[in-house]
Amino acid sequence: MPVPRVADTFKGAVSRVTIGATAEQGGTRTTTVTVGGALNVVYAGEPGKLGEKPVIAVDVLDIAPEDWAEALAGQYKDVFGDPAAWAKKAVDEYGADLICLKFDGIHPDRGDLGADHAVRVIKDVLAAVGVPLILWGSGNDAKDNQIMPKVSEAAKGQNCLIGTVTEDNYKSLTAIALADSHKLITEAPLDINIGKQVNILVSDMGYPLENIVTFQSTGALGYGIEYSYSIQERQRLATLGGDKMMAMPSIVDVGSEAWRTKEAKSDAPEWGPAEARGPMWEAATAIVLLQSGTDIIRLRHPKAVATVKNFIKEMW
Amino acid sequence: MALTGLQIFKVLPKTNCKKCGKPTCLAFAMALAQKKASLDECPDATDETRAMLAEASAPPMQKVKFGTGDSAVELGAETVMYRHEEKFYSPTVIAVSVSDAISGDELKARIDTVNALQFDRVGTHIQVNAIAVVNDSGSADTFASVAETVKQASPLAMILVSESADALGAAAGKVADSVPLLACATAETADAVAKIAKDNKCPLVAAADSVDALAELTEKIKAAGVEDIVLCLKGMSLKEEMYGLTTARAAALKKSFRPLGYPTLSLVLGGTPEEQAGKALSLVSKYAGVVVLDTAEAYAILPVLTTIMNIYTDPQKPVQVEPKVYKIGEAGDDSPMLLTTNFSLTYYTVESDAEASRVPCYILVVDTEGTSVLTAYSGDKLNEKVVSEAMKKFGVEDMVKHRKMIIPGYVAVMSGKLEEETGWEILVGPRESSMLPKYLQDVA
Repeated sequence: MPVPRVADTFKGAVSRVTIGATAEQGGTRTTTVTVGGALNVVYAGEPGKLGEKPVIAVDVLDIAPEDWAEALAGQYKDVFGDPAAWAKKAVDEYGADLICLKFDGIHPDRGDLGADHAVRVIKDVLAAVGVPLILWGSGNDAKDNQIMPKVSEAAKGQNCLIGTVTEDNYKSLTAIALADSHKLITEAPLDINIGKQVNILVSDMGYPLENIVTFQSTGALGYGIEYSYSIQERQRLATLGGDKMMAMPSIVDVGSEAWRTKEAKSDAPEWGPAEARGPMWEAATAIVLLQSGTDIIRLRHPKAVATVKNFIKEMW
Repeated sequence: MALTGLQIFKVLPKTNCKKCGKPTCLAFAMALAQKKASLDECPDATDETRAMLAEASAPPMQKVKFGTGDSAVELGAETVMYRHEEKFYSPTVIAVSVSDAISGDELKARIDTVNALQFDRVGTHIQVNAIAVVNDSGSADTFASVAETVKQASPLAMILVSESADALGAAAGKVADSVPLLACATAETADAVAKIAKDNKCPLVAAADSVDALAELTEKIKAAGVEDIVLCLKGMSLKEEMYGLTTARAAALKKSFRPLGYPTLSLVLGGTPEEQAGKALSLVSKYAGVVVLDTAEAYAILPVLTTIMNIYTDPQKPVQVEPKVYKIGEAGDDSPMLLTTNFSLTYYTVESDAEASRVPCYILVVDTEGTSVLTAYSGDKLNEKVVSEAMKKFGVEDMVKHRKMIIPGYVAVMSGKLEEETGWEILVGPRESSMLPKYLQDVA
């Protein structure tokens, strides 16, 4: 019996964003990554409309983290404090598509390190790995505005993805991303209207919409993931409906959020062994968010990377 | 598909008799279309008219129940494709399998393991709600006898999984009074299995390898007298299954296509616990009514149950935590006392950052009807009276020796009034919870 198909009337598409530049393109990356391109919501219509495969960015911190759960820290202890070796491990051993270099150490509360440190880190990591880089600030506006432009400059020509800019703090980073030809992450606090607003603001500065990746903020499984889920889904629907100001690929920060949860890090044997539970919670958060439509996933634990990669391979 | 007023008008008596209380039949038809009147108010409506309206107003997806008493579960009755449009109604039922190829102590242990897959997280009890007996043995007698054992040893709603009509018949005969879900009937077994389902009054899973074949099969089963049907797409990759489930859901909800207007069941048997959980998470998010897993690993089941808890919440209603004083770490009578609201996202963010500080403390959570700090303050749901009453109600003065309350930076403006009302010293904390660890370490 023929089943009536619900015809898609969608006219928009998620823009395609390429990160990284090879030698021919003026950089030193050995690979580039392209995300976006979806023409439908996840699993609707034909499989060909899902766009590019989602990719995995493994977090590398510029300083040794102090508060990581043992099940996670154990995987990286040998490379803590050595971002280049850390990045190399994430690429060579764990199969990261990109490295997300997170500049925690420049935050006033976590070391308050200066531009010398940050520039040395970015140069070391660029030399150590060939994958494209995401350069992510500390979350402290004053320090990010002071240091991230130096980081951007040191990576000029590499076509990095740099962020994040928010509704209240977007001018300096947007200007520098424009000057150094990097792609840009716009951030909003789980509020789709602010998400659109910040895209409009950076676009008003002359920054091209097709170079933006959105970060709507991420809630871990069990801790607000439903908000992230519905905002991602609404962003995709707005895109398909033709809203150019929302038609960007998105990034989710699964690693740090998932590893803050009790389920990932606490000593609760009735929930299963900690070494399996944490990576599973992290992978689960990622897989659920993939259902709502997302493009770049920040992860930490190698087992979570493997589980999510395996899932993407099967479904995209 | 809902009828328009004009479509309804065409089948009314058109006598304008006013017996329904409306001036004209057209006015009555309009009221019916808006669901502001009932056809019962028209004494002259024909049976055909009644049947047509009943058909048009039937829900697009049937509700199906299995199990009995407290352990009965409900599937289906869904109305939307995206949770933000309204909400998803019937939380996915997670079933874990028990093979009939095991016996004795091994069988008993497996049943106990499945029964024990229950968790308390963030004040809510979540659990595996069904147990699926799988006919691996190939024997109808063994299947029936294991189903009986499961019935005795498990309070959970039961699913009987077999390709064989004989096996389903034998088992259903033994455990029919616990209303198991029979899985499944295929095109080849439809007649025999539909009869078993009908005779034993059990709901039935229809399984086929495409949505088109499935639609044909459900019509056949329905014609055989089985009303409670569950859909299953079998013999395909997860990817094909997800596209199929989405097509089926859209046809049912958007096109009122009755042959697919039923909830669904998916079998995820085999693979590592991580692979099974990954598939289940995808299925839970995209429309599965029942997912049968064979992993019983808590670390794989807990995230699946938590996903159901999250995805099936009502997006219009903020999720709340119980207003009370929460103790973080080994807090004592000299530990800091923090204030926040009972919007769950707000509370869990504060809780997680307070824990990250490693400073033992208390968090006083006041009832702001599940709104966040700023929203509550703007809506006057967070004011000095609310806080002072909560402090009395929860005996805050008896918990700590000091008289200092740390309030969120965003409501610094309420410090003065709060100090007057409570007599406590008010300390203004950071605006963002992420700065709490540093703040608490400095204060402590």
